[in-house]
Amino acid sequence: MAMELDVFVGNTTIMDEEVYQLWLDGYTVNDAVKVRMEGGVLEECEASADVLLSDTMDQYRTFQMCERLLHSPAKLANQLLFQIPPHRQAVLIERYYTFDDAFVREVLGKKLSKGTKKDLDDISAKTAVTLKSCRRQFDNFKRVFKVVEELKGPLVENIRQHFLLSDKLARDYAAIVFFANNRFETGKRKLQYITFQDFAFCAGQLINNWTVGAVDNMVEDMDVDLDKEFLQELKELKVLITDKDLLDQHKSLVCTALRGKTKAFNEMEANFKNLSRGLVNIAAKLTNTKDVRDFFIDLVEKFIEPCRSDRWTAADMRLYLTHYTNSAHILDTFK
Amino acid sequence: MPGKLKAKIVAGRHLPVMDRASDLTDAFVEVKFGNTTFKTDVCPKSLNPQWNSEWFKFEVDDEDLQDEPLQITVLDHDTYSANDAIGKVYIDIDPLLCSEAASVISGWFPIYDTIHGIRGEINVLVKVELFNDLNRFRQSSCGVKFFCTTSIPRCYRVAMVHGFVEELVVNEDPEYQWIDRIRTPRASNEARQRLISLMSGELQRKIGLKVLEMGGNAVVGYLQCFDLEGESGLVVRAIGTACTLDKLSSGSAPNTTTHVHPNTAPASNACNSPSKDGKESPLAHGCRSTHNSPVHSACSSQRLSQNFSVSVPTLIFTGMGSGGSAGKEAGPLKTLLRQQTQTALEQREFPFFTLTSFPLGFLVHVGGVVSARSVKLLDRIHNPDEPETRDAWWEEIRQEIKSHAKALGCHAVVGYSESTSICEEVCILSASGTASILNPRYMREGCLDIGNTDHRFEEPSPPSCGFCHIPYDELNMPFPAQLTYCHHCRRQKVPDVLFTTIDMPSEAAVSGKGCLIQARLCRLKKKAQGEVNATVISNLLPFMEYELHTQLMNKLKLRNMNALFGLQIQISVGENMLLGLASATGVYLTALPAPGGIQIAGKTPIDLSNEHHILTIQKRINDTIAKNRELYQINPPELTEEVVGSPIPEPRQRSRLFRSHSESSDELSELDLSHGKKDAFVLEIDDTDAVEDIHSLLTDAPPPSGFYSCNTEIMPGIYNWTSAVQMFTSVRVFRLSNVNLTNQGLNKIFTDLCENLLKSFYFKLRSMIPCCLCHLNFTVAVPEDELIQVAVTAVAMTFDKDQTQERTADKPVTKGCSETEEQLQFPLELFADSSSTNTQTSSKISGVPESTGVSPRAASVDYGSFADRCSTWLELLRLKAHTIRRGSVKTSRRTQSLAHSASSLDRCSPLPEGRSRSLRSNRSFGGGSVTVVKMTPLSFLPGTRIIKYLGIINMFFIRETTSLREEGGVSGFLHSFIAEVFAMVRAHVAALGGNAVVSYSMKECMLMENPHKNQAQCLINVSGDAVICVLETDQEPMSSTTSIGQTCTSGAT
Repeated sequence: MAMELDVFVGNTTIMDEEVYQLWLDGYTVNDAVKVRMEGGVLEECEASADVLLSDTMDQYRTFQMCERLLHSPAKLANQLLFQIPPHRQAVLIERYYTFDDAFVREVLGKKLSKGTKKDLDDISAKTAVTLKSCRRQFDNFKRVFKVVEELKGPLVENIRQHFLLSDKLARDYAAIVFFANNRFETGKRKLQYITFQDFAFCAGQLINNWTVGAVDNMVEDMDVDLDKEFLQELKELKVLITDKDLLDQHKSLVCTALRGKTKAFNEMEANFKNLSRGLVNIAAKLTNTKDVRDFFIDLVEKFIEPCRSDRWTAADMRLYLTHYTNSAHILDTFK
Repeated sequence: MPGKLKAKIVAGRHLPVMDRASDLTDAFVEVKFGNTTFKTDVCPKSLNPQWNSEWFKFEVDDEDLQDEPLQITVLDHDTYSANDAIGKVYIDIDPLLCSEAASVISGWFPIYDTIHGIRGEINVLVKVELFNDLNRFRQSSCGVKFFCTTSIPRCYRVAMVHGFVEELVVNEDPEYQWIDRIRTPRASNEARQRLISLMSGELQRKIGLKVLEMGGNAVVGYLQCFDLEGESGLVVRAIGTACTLDKLSSGSAPNTTTHVHPNTAPASNACNSPSKDGKESPLAHGCRSTHNSPVHSACSSQRLSQNFSVSVPTLIFTGMGSGGSAGKEAGPLKTLLRQQTQTALEQREFPFFTLTSFPLGFLVHVGGVVSARSVKLLDRIHNPDEPETRDAWWEEIRQEIKSHAKALGCHAVVGYSESTSICEEVCILSASGTASILNPRYMREGCLDIGNTDHRFEEPSPPSCGFCHIPYDELNMPFPAQLTYCHHCRRQKVPDVLFTTIDMPSEAAVSGKGCLIQARLCRLKKKAQGEVNATVISNLLPFMEYELHTQLMNKLKLRNMNALFGLQIQISVGENMLLGLASATGVYLTALPAPGGIQIAGKTPIDLSNEHHILTIQKRINDTIAKNRELYQINPPELTEEVVGSPIPEPRQRSRLFRSHSESSDELSELDLSHGKKDAFVLEIDDTDAVEDIHSLLTDAPPPSGFYSCNTEIMPGIYNWTSAVQMFTSVRVFRLSNVNLTNQGLNKIFTDLCENLLKSFYFKLRSMIPCCLCHLNFTVAVPEDELIQVAVTAVAMTFDKDQTQERTADKPVTKGCSETEEQLQFPLELFADSSSTNTQTSSKISGVPESTGVSPRAASVDYGSFADRCSTWLELLRLKAHTIRRGSVKTSRRTQSLAHSASSLDRCSPLPEGRSRSLRSNRSFGGGSVTVVKMTPLSFLPGTRIIKYLGIINMFFIRETTSLREEGGVSGFLHSFIAEVFAMVRAHVAALGGNAVVSYSMKECMLMENPHKNQAQCLINVSGDAVICVLETDQEPMSSTTSIGQTCTSGAT
């Protein structure tokens, strides 16, 4: 039956999580009805397609009305328009801010600008995430970015408080903001194998160790920008590769420590100078914004790829880097 | 100058951006009452302004206090141009005028604008200081309490029921004033909102005056309606029942039924007919409609120059059918008795009661449904101060109702309501109620011993069946009916079917569950103007009523039931059609005879294929009846034949029923009735229409398993409600696309519309199973030529499937919370035994509270185990310590007052703090500062106890849009408007300190659209009672913690 008007409003706002997900995923009402029919709700409840359509429309309308509030989740708790139990509010918010890994991988490190937004249809085609959903996710990134950009204090905590997100999701958003702010290049073919979670881990490490906030936690932008002084100081590492003696000394310390502990020892020993040179060069260049952007691509090209061709395992890598760092500390120059 | 109103503007939040340049707002507030206006300072550049104003004081008459709302306007300051209005808040201060209700209004109110909807919130504090005014001639009626609830409010005891009060005020509709041609729709809509707010205040005050005159202190079942008559003006009218209520000093026994004087049950017999040897009524049995009530048929109608009116033949619905011939002479003894009891009522002009459920013993006998309709032509109201015409119209109708009730041998009408349907200048006025005989004890003081003198004539009849006994004289029946001896007490006569507009008395004995029964009907009519139109409509009305009645009867039989409660028949008029919708809740009363089946008979010369066809239909009908009996668990107690010679209809015996079409055409059928199958119920198939009708009978789908539905307060047969409630409003508008529609086609569309709505509800609420949709209130309208609008408000409530729990086994500790009260209920099975002659037990068993109220019996069970109590006390202490640590500054004020009221209410309860604590946790459930406000159209919330009534909520909103498409079309527009209305109701209740609205209803939802202009407008009127309720289980502090958890989860649905 074609209704001119068809609404259902509950005193407690009725929301079906399945429909919410379909809405978030950018399904049109008709597509959502199809999916639900295939899901078998109808058989469960002896309902007809009309009923399902009407229900889906109602829910979509409700979500659209809620969307404004979801943009500033703190409002959801003290608005009067919808009576939603708190645990359900939390679900609404968490789901709204959840993103697709495929999508985030495409925009990670890109400037969250209008230009990027225009490319979303390409991304949508590439990732099979609907354009509507792409836009939502992109706008979420941008919104979070804008809000925390001007805030003092730890990034993750700010995101969690302003957007009432879970710890995990807040950390992911911190990574996205951090990457967007530093414009790290992540889209090159060589970097394709790295997942978002890998990058998010790196972001977490960088935020904790390389930013201003890592040292002093009451500075503006502290978690978003790399610590300039620190980057400047990294230049001093050059001595590790320019001073021949030091290089040899370092090498011998590392090799002594590694000997017998890994199958790839021979390769490590043979490549030590190359690898060390690669690492130190990357570090020394980081004062250049351009080189910061290429940080990950450089790491892969100069360090990871050679190791991979030598068939290092992850454990080998960890072992090598641990000893590489520890041995450097023992060197007189760094004492 | 007997009153001082004080208001303080605290702060605003979430204001809209009014200045595009700065993305901020320079807000200030105007506070207006009567003709006095105050302003706050401008709070520059903030979307969350803190005004923290001084107290604005208005010194006013209490008359104004009652009439006027407090108007709060939030504006954006603009140095160069006019200030922009952000929105308004109207606060009805009536609740503050009553000492027992709220003492302060304080909270966040949505700022409402007719174009933009809710735009932020404003925090306001309002207080009233009243000085005593002993002026006899005062115009105000401060202190009279109003209740929308149509039963005696819980936590009150009725000392006396004074009777019917009515009033109406009229005014010109601002929308139609000349000034509208120059001002914006927004300005005129605001003027309308303000005017209606003022008029309803005035109306309440006037009604209050009448109540005071009668010596009462409250109006129960207050029903206020608006008639937007268009050019001819705007009428606000109200009816109610004046009562004297006493507040219960002890909160331990809130159930009104438990407060009834023990004398009342015996007294209830005062009017029982003493005749025991009555013969079987020889009258033909079936549906006959005799329109010989005081009728002015169209041709003989008075034609006043401007004031055309057609009084419509009206029907009296009783069990059997309809008719209007008055029973003239009753037996001398009966007359005597009646005279005695009637005196109290006769003094009143209209012995009407808007109540639908009553204290035990109040209702003695029920005659049947009486209704009256009349078609009027509207003309301009020339003098608003003398609304005589409208008064006279209603007066006429009420007189008719009164005479119908008399014809049924009844002296009172209960469950009385009035309504209108307007289309252009034609207006149908309708009134209906249930003719009945009441116990005068409540009507007149010093009348308490009325029953005593009558005891020599007969023994008391048990309350579980007494109301079914016929009030009229069986030798002089007002209409053909078949009487049998009551299947319960065997002493009195009962009809075979009973129709009423009231809720089922809680003491009534039923078998199985009830169900919603609807009759739906469309009738096309030609477009016409003026008198011709009115005549056409009034000619159609009796046929519609008749057919609706026939449908109801058939559907009732089909469900194997024999009584209808909460019957509402609505007839809506449109340009080219009339819509009729009758809703009621069917039940099987064990006191009435079992309904016969339905037999199909072919009328035309029988050919073989036809015969076969009839057989298949017959089989389908029989199958449906059998299926329904199982579905609704109808297992009437077996009867023994030896009882007085009344024939007990076996299910196999047929009763006879006529389709209304054929009724007039053949006289033979009447003869058929009188011999052989005495209670035959035959459906005749004489044309294709008939086949259609039978098919439509069978298309009503039963609710899916796990669901029940009814339009009464509670579902007969379900007693163990759990605390989850979901109130909802749903509106659908269907556009008829076919130009050439037949009545049949239209009927089908209308039926499908209603059925699909129900299906939709079942689907949406599937997560609440097992659940019952209660108080399903359908309203239909024909807003435009080709549109049919159906609006429904109802509440879904969960219940515990497992009815037969052992009472001892269910300690709240093991069972979670809100079950406690149903654990106290007596298992349904007991009813089956109650058919034995032991009336004592049956009355006791059937005294199951219709609600959450805990009867004293229950309380004693609760506190049965001492050990249990100890542990719960310890638990409470621990919890208390916990809450104190957590501390809650925000709610402290309210909590204190609550704790205070709770303890004063409930001295005998050892744990007043427990109550306030749980209330606080209830409040915090909303997260942050928003109080959770539950809403329900019922007079109670399951699992909770109402401890205080805070005042009536009566709100009227208009919303308009000039960007319909952008707001998601009409659906999007109305969806957000309804959500906004809910939000505003909740905010007002929360500001009064309440946490729930009971007896909520949406009286009006009038939508006008013009998609071509991208415009729409909607008016909504809602009402209800703001209350504070606490968890029932607070008597058991242990379980209250779990129940909070449950509230949360249940709220989630």
